[in-house]
Amino acid sequence: MARMKFICDAERCIECNGCTTACKAEHDVPWGVNRRRVVTLNDGVPGEKSISVACMHCSDAPCMAVCPVDCFYRTDEGVVLHDKDVCIGCGYCSYACPFGAPQFPSNGTFGLRGKMDKCTFCAGGPEDNGSQAEYEKYGRNRLAEGKLPACAEMCSTKALLGGDGDVVADIFRNRVLTRGKGSEVWGWGTAYGKPAEGKKS
Amino acid sequence: MSRAALAATLLLSLGLVACGEKPQTASPRKADGRPSDGPASAYTAGTWKAGDAVAWDAQMRDRAQGQNEYSRTGSPP
Repeated sequence: MARMKFICDAERCIECNGCTTACKAEHDVPWGVNRRRVVTLNDGVPGEKSISVACMHCSDAPCMAVCPVDCFYRTDEGVVLHDKDVCIGCGYCSYACPFGAPQFPSNGTFGLRGKMDKCTFCAGGPEDNGSQAEYEKYGRNRLAEGKLPACAEMCSTKALLGGDGDVVADIFRNRVLTRGKGSEVWGWGTAYGKPAEGKKS
Repeated sequence: MSRAALAATLLLSLGLVACGEKPQTASPRKADGRPSDGPASAYTAGTWKAGDAVAWDAQMRDRAQGQNEYSRTGSPP
């Protein structure tokens, strides 16, 4: 049984926001709602790091714990989803979430806070798989189409990995062991080859 | 006459007072179908059949390897 997880490789993320764009386009996410976003630490400073953040589909999700109407549920694949017909838009989940994943669209003339919206791991919601109702409320259900989340599959540098936790962890582990760490990862020698003995490079 | 009409109106309004009340039962959370149940569509990837959870798992593992450049380019030197 798959346990779906995301991993973002901060060494690879180039802050292109392709994941954010892919998510928005795939699910017709409304203006002002960002299910996924790229956060950059030490922006503009040499050595800055970027990481793509969305719902991490926590195994012990705090949003589920605090929801007063119990609208959240976890699928057999470990994806945390919610029922928008039950959600009352109170915002408790956004206070509880350490990643800022829950988003609230502004509806109506006076900017009324709408029902919560968040990353679904491209797994839709409780409506029938692939139905129009599911698409309108939660976006496309790619898992039911045998695909992985659009953000991870679209990532140009493959910094963002999504899928079964064991599989993506193996991919990431192999990558880290191969590239090593420290100065050997980057620099002139890595890019153009190390200078031969006694020769000018 | 007017007293009788007034009494009838009062009785009628008292009798109908609860008719506009909507039921307040909490709607339970809907059950979600498994992604391996499909449905199969023109956009479905892979060769797994809707309802075959084992094949869907295998499809997910294969699909995830598309994110592994070493599975596409071969092992690094």
